[in-house]
Amino acid sequence: MSASCRLNAGGRIDRSRPLRFTFDRKVYEGFAGDTLASALLANGVHLVGRSFKYHRPRGIVAAGSDEPNALIAVGSDVRFTPNLRATQVELYDGLVAQSQNHWPSLGFDFGAVNDVFSPLFPAGFYYKTFMWPKSAWKRLYEPKIRAMAGLGRAPTLPDPDNYAQRHAHCDALIIGAGPAGIAAALAAEAHGARVILCDEQAELGGSLLAERKATIDAKSAPSWLADAVAKLSRSAKVRWLSRTTAFGSFPHNMIGLVERLTDHLAAPAEGRPRERLWQVRAKEVVLATGALERPLVFPDNDRPGIMLADAARQYLLRYAVKPGSRAVVAAAHDEAYRAAIELAAESVEIVAIVDIREDASGPWADRARAAGLPVLSATTICGTRGRHRVSSVEIAPCRPDGKVGARSRLDCDVVLMCGGFTPTIHLFSQARGKLRFSEKLNAFLPDGGAEGIRCAGACRGISGLDAVVADGVAAGEAAARDAVGGRIEAVHAPVPLSEDEDGGRLEPLPHHRSPHRVKAFVDFQNDVTAKDVKLAVREGFRSIEHIKRYTTTGMATDQGKTSNMNALGIAASALDKPVPAVGLTTFRMPYTPVTFGAFAGSARGNLFDPVRVTATHDWASAKGAVFEDVGQWKRARYFPLKGEDMHGAVARECQAVRQSVGIFDGSTLGKIEIVGPDAAEFMNRIYVNPWNKLEPGRCRYGVMLREDGSILDDGVVGRLASDRFHVTTTTGGAAQVLNHMEDFLQTEWSGLDCWLTSATEQWAVIAVQGPDSRKVLERLVDDIDLSSAAMPHMSVREGHICGVPTRLFRVSFTGELGFEINVPADFGRAIWEAVFDAGFSRAITPYGTEAMHVMRAEKGYIIVGQDTDGTVTPDDVGLSWAIGKAKMDFVGKRSLTRPAMTDPDRKQLVGLLPEDPELVLEEGAQIIAELPADAKPKSKDAPIGQKMIGHVTSSYFSAALDRGIALAMVAGGRRRMGETLFVPMPQGVIKVVVTNPVFLDPEGKRLDA
Amino acid sequence: MQRFSALALIRHAFGGHRSWRPQWRAAEPKAAYDAVIVGGGGHGLATAYYLATEFGISNVAVLEKGWIGGGNTGRNTTIIRSNYLFDESAALYDHAVKLWEGLSQALNYNVMFSQRGVMMLAHNVHDQQSLQRHIHANRLNGVDNEWLSARQAKAFCPPLNIEKSMRYPVTGAALQRRGGVARHDAVAWGYARAADAMGVDIIENCAVTAIRRGVGGAVEAVETTRGTIETRKIGVVAAGNTSTVMAMADLRMPLESYPLQALVSEPVKPIFPCVVMSNTIHAYISQSDKGELVIGAGTDAYVSYTQRGALHVPMHTLEAICELFPIFRRLRMLRNWGGIVDVTPDRSPIIGKTPVAGLYVNCGWGTGGFKATPGSGHLFAWTLAKDEPHPINAPFRLDRFRDGYLIDEAAAAAVAH
Amino acid sequence: MLLIDCPFCGKRPELEFRYGGEAHLARPADPADLGDKAWGQFLYGRSNPRGVHAERWRHVHGCGRFFNALRDTTNDRFAATYKIGEERPAIPEAEGAASA
Repeated sequence: MSASCRLNAGGRIDRSRPLRFTFDRKVYEGFAGDTLASALLANGVHLVGRSFKYHRPRGIVAAGSDEPNALIAVGSDVRFTPNLRATQVELYDGLVAQSQNHWPSLGFDFGAVNDVFSPLFPAGFYYKTFMWPKSAWKRLYEPKIRAMAGLGRAPTLPDPDNYAQRHAHCDALIIGAGPAGIAAALAAEAHGARVILCDEQAELGGSLLAERKATIDAKSAPSWLADAVAKLSRSAKVRWLSRTTAFGSFPHNMIGLVERLTDHLAAPAEGRPRERLWQVRAKEVVLATGALERPLVFPDNDRPGIMLADAARQYLLRYAVKPGSRAVVAAAHDEAYRAAIELAAESVEIVAIVDIREDASGPWADRARAAGLPVLSATTICGTRGRHRVSSVEIAPCRPDGKVGARSRLDCDVVLMCGGFTPTIHLFSQARGKLRFSEKLNAFLPDGGAEGIRCAGACRGISGLDAVVADGVAAGEAAARDAVGGRIEAVHAPVPLSEDEDGGRLEPLPHHRSPHRVKAFVDFQNDVTAKDVKLAVREGFRSIEHIKRYTTTGMATDQGKTSNMNALGIAASALDKPVPAVGLTTFRMPYTPVTFGAFAGSARGNLFDPVRVTATHDWASAKGAVFEDVGQWKRARYFPLKGEDMHGAVARECQAVRQSVGIFDGSTLGKIEIVGPDAAEFMNRIYVNPWNKLEPGRCRYGVMLREDGSILDDGVVGRLASDRFHVTTTTGGAAQVLNHMEDFLQTEWSGLDCWLTSATEQWAVIAVQGPDSRKVLERLVDDIDLSSAAMPHMSVREGHICGVPTRLFRVSFTGELGFEINVPADFGRAIWEAVFDAGFSRAITPYGTEAMHVMRAEKGYIIVGQDTDGTVTPDDVGLSWAIGKAKMDFVGKRSLTRPAMTDPDRKQLVGLLPEDPELVLEEGAQIIAELPADAKPKSKDAPIGQKMIGHVTSSYFSAALDRGIALAMVAGGRRRMGETLFVPMPQGVIKVVVTNPVFLDPEGKRLDA
Repeated sequence: MQRFSALALIRHAFGGHRSWRPQWRAAEPKAAYDAVIVGGGGHGLATAYYLATEFGISNVAVLEKGWIGGGNTGRNTTIIRSNYLFDESAALYDHAVKLWEGLSQALNYNVMFSQRGVMMLAHNVHDQQSLQRHIHANRLNGVDNEWLSARQAKAFCPPLNIEKSMRYPVTGAALQRRGGVARHDAVAWGYARAADAMGVDIIENCAVTAIRRGVGGAVEAVETTRGTIETRKIGVVAAGNTSTVMAMADLRMPLESYPLQALVSEPVKPIFPCVVMSNTIHAYISQSDKGELVIGAGTDAYVSYTQRGALHVPMHTLEAICELFPIFRRLRMLRNWGGIVDVTPDRSPIIGKTPVAGLYVNCGWGTGGFKATPGSGHLFAWTLAKDEPHPINAPFRLDRFRDGYLIDEAAAAAVAH
Repeated sequence: MLLIDCPFCGKRPELEFRYGGEAHLARPADPADLGDKAWGQFLYGRSNPRGVHAERWRHVHGCGRFFNALRDTTNDRFAATYKIGEERPAIPEAEGAASA
């Protein structure tokens, strides 16, 4: 039967370009310009899928993105993509498509047994069962339910495609390029607006693509369209995007668009992005999104071959495909007649037009009668037959009260239905526009309230081609006026809305069968029937949101485009309330599903987040350094020699620093320069420390708090001049410290005259630490006296090193004599290498963050964020000495006197020495005060039955002390010096002794070695 | 209450399911109640249920300004876990997990509690230290939580990317096997049905407009859009709207309400066996029984009640998901939505008494309230019934923000919920 | 993504800004004078209104300045942005009506 359904002429397909494709491994032919759906229909294929719950055979219902049934998987291998709508998949040569949700085959599916047992599976059945026995849920029921659920298979291989993203601005964004949208775009452009026009289809034109007789401005519709597209293409002010869906509306007229670039191509160019996500900021938005046709709800209305009437018309006129040869047309709206007339003109036999309405009149009905088509008024459909395709319908006369008369059967191979049209107001509603229900039109219509968004054409209830075009013109003019400025007068007014138009039907068709037994589908994809909706109402679900969630109607991948209004109508009549009283479910983005990759764009691997590296990164890499991520920075963690593990490397690096000299890149530390007459006062208020008496040329360790009294950050501060401070912060804290400082400076103390400048990236910092550090530097520094007398510990000098300007700090985070050389970052690598060369004879050793951590822990120096955690005060970590006692106030001071902050049982920083010196405690291990009765707990998750009094914050093997050491936060820790505490581990309890946190050189003699 | 079971389903099937009765009545408000719960979300309905079943107080109204379960109960990613750091938090959330474990049977309503395991990823040394601290504390508190290497994590969750080419490679994970997910709507409906059966009135479309107080300041009544209701005990469980309701009693709360977005993919056959969370690259994901991937991340930046957020938030979330699970790049977002989450300064909830006699509050659950639903309801019911907190919720008092005894899970670990 | 009218730079997308919480919470001149209750309210009490919210933003990836804004939290529309130190502007009732 191949191609037997294709007309010999007409349509917008290119008969000179035949294309081959496979569906479920069978080879078919179509033409360029086809969708997969039109090509399948042209080949007489109606059965394309199985439904979600009952596995019923399903066919193509619609012709666009509203398709609920025809979900197929396209592609293979790395480009396998499930759940695509056949109605949106453009045909290309070699396309491979598969149907979904069946086993073993589409034609014979064991899952269809669900249909037989469907009386057991009404809406929400799973809430009522699978509870006994309790353990069976996890082992049996849930796995079975999960295996049954889901539609297509997920891809199992990483996606090789690229995705692009763009930002754009325009005066008028026009969404939908049907007659209203095109008219709006032309009008807006003519009035000087920069326009973006987008449409989800491959071609601009919308409903005009299936018009052959209508005229606009005295031109035939196709030629008007061609002229308009040519004009838009010529204009420099217009960008039009096809295959582009406006999927979401966001605050302040940000609209998200997704453009599909390659899915329609047989062989896309290498590296071309598959999709592009647009973020468009539009001054004005015009929604010209049209309206969606509604199915009719009648028994067994889901068989393949039962489709929307206007969709059938589109297949006929746009794709030159006859959806069948003998059609029964089910009408609740005049548009059905139009389809019948067009099909009849292409020699499709119209068996009957079955109209539920008492009196079908109007121009289309009259024309149908005039054309001799059999019209049956006041007639309903009671059922259908046909296993894989509809073969007959059962009809019966019916009275207005719903009484159904004698039934008769009409043989057919296709049923076209039209229940009316639902305006596409998704984006308007997403933008929180107000909606009002029109009883006459059976539709929710936009009713203001969305700033900068106006609707035109069918999406605001306007019908008739002339009116729609005129409305588009008016909207385009008004958008241009509002966006571009006051001088433009809108020439045309929006078309007045006539609510006397035909609103179609929201209720199921009457029939003679038990409403509790028949399946009259409302939501095809989720297998929700009219009786499910009524059951939900019977069970007390009164809000449409509850009904939706209980029955799952409208929650399928079409988000209820064809089903929401019918479900609402059924619910309203079951509740005996008017439709607006039942409410409308919220519209949510995206309008149609959008690929994750389009959202993620190029953000993968190193483009996921910026990589920050220091000036010596490549040098360290070449030396074989192992790096760690610290925020966005890459820091060298250790420098292993051949065959050395981390433990060995760290021990060697520490030893070098303690015995001779080491070199360390500290460039990631945050640096802020604070300058101005009030700089010292600002410092006084921001830090806990006093700053007035700090002489220029000296440094001080500073601590700053949040206003709640917890430690925010710490670091060494150098005073370069009375009005100039060089502040350092932790690596991770740099940005938030600057923000914190700016906050207070700008909003609380705007009277202070000082300026803050981030200098993190400007200075490279090279720490040279160890007893030989001075000897190494002496050879390089030109104009600074490094002697202890001239430059004591905690001082800073400005001068030159190897001719390069430097701020040289004499500071130590290791406990050894040490310096930190700050040089402009561009010189960082050169100076680093110069120091390294100068230290060569003293075996200068590069060390990483791990050795740095060990050495500072040996000295009891804390790391904010590791030993503190945002709940810790200065006193907790033994830093009360830093607080300027004479200061009236500083940020956080008041909070330190709150009861919780002075509680004697607060956790305090202590040192811990494991009883076994070989042992290194685990960081994060918890501490208890008494030996548990059961030193080795029987079950791994048995509660310990004792309050945890603290935890290990830092723990290392100290080569200098030849034993494991740890820092810990312990409740009332300073009272516990010398006490033995216990660290319960899964393998057994570890005994530890509480000590001072300074393990090495408590007198600080080594600083001046 | 009509009993739910497979047998009942079969029996009703023969009758075309005609004789199912409403799961809860459309109650009209009475003039007075022993207690009024403001807010018909999961926590409020659970409170009413436990008041009726455990404390013998069934003359209770639950007032809901919209439809029950329509706030965060119906808008969350349904993650349930109890591997919190501090003793107070672990006790609170584990109390809830224990109730979850028998909830379907207790309510005779299948809430589909699925203990598929919640895995939290580490991407750097700091993450490892933080998660290890959790694991040790949890173990000693009797809360299961175990460390997995990156390879073990991948074995537990095969779609996980553990390649070194990632910007932030996975270095390990903490796994709570008892954690999981549940069917959020069913929790609201199950509690509503069971509470209704005990005589609780569930009153939808009823917004509270004022709180009336008598001499001495104790509460006397609530004014609502459906009339005045007298009561001596008011429990406010209004999540994002708590500040607004408490302002009716002149209380300024330590709360801010932020939009929290979440999203689902189109449904696919089973591919994702557990829950995975990453704090460092900020996303969490599981697969629902229906087959949708359920995905969330952090809140939007600013206070808002619009239930709508910015596009860049889900974009960033999906960047993280695609980085962690490159096989999901071709899947598609089906639905995105927003809730309003009420956040406290220490990211821990407030459950207890207020300075106003007869007024109780249960709020501040932030992004993680769903998991606590049964425990929260039970403890709040206790507090209302006895006019004093249960030992588990005692630390979660409102006046901790005065004296500083915060329970700062966020500061201590910066772990997403 | 919000479009925020920085009083120094003009309209810029939200990503250039950092939210700064409720505005007009002036730090007491002498915090030591406050009791625990009042200090706790200063630290943590927030109006969190359904309706017009006075809030701070910082144009962190722009001019770096903090400024204040009035935004309706029920629809995210800005009624005004203004510099630190300026009076909170009066806004027409209709724009600022809370829809609680």
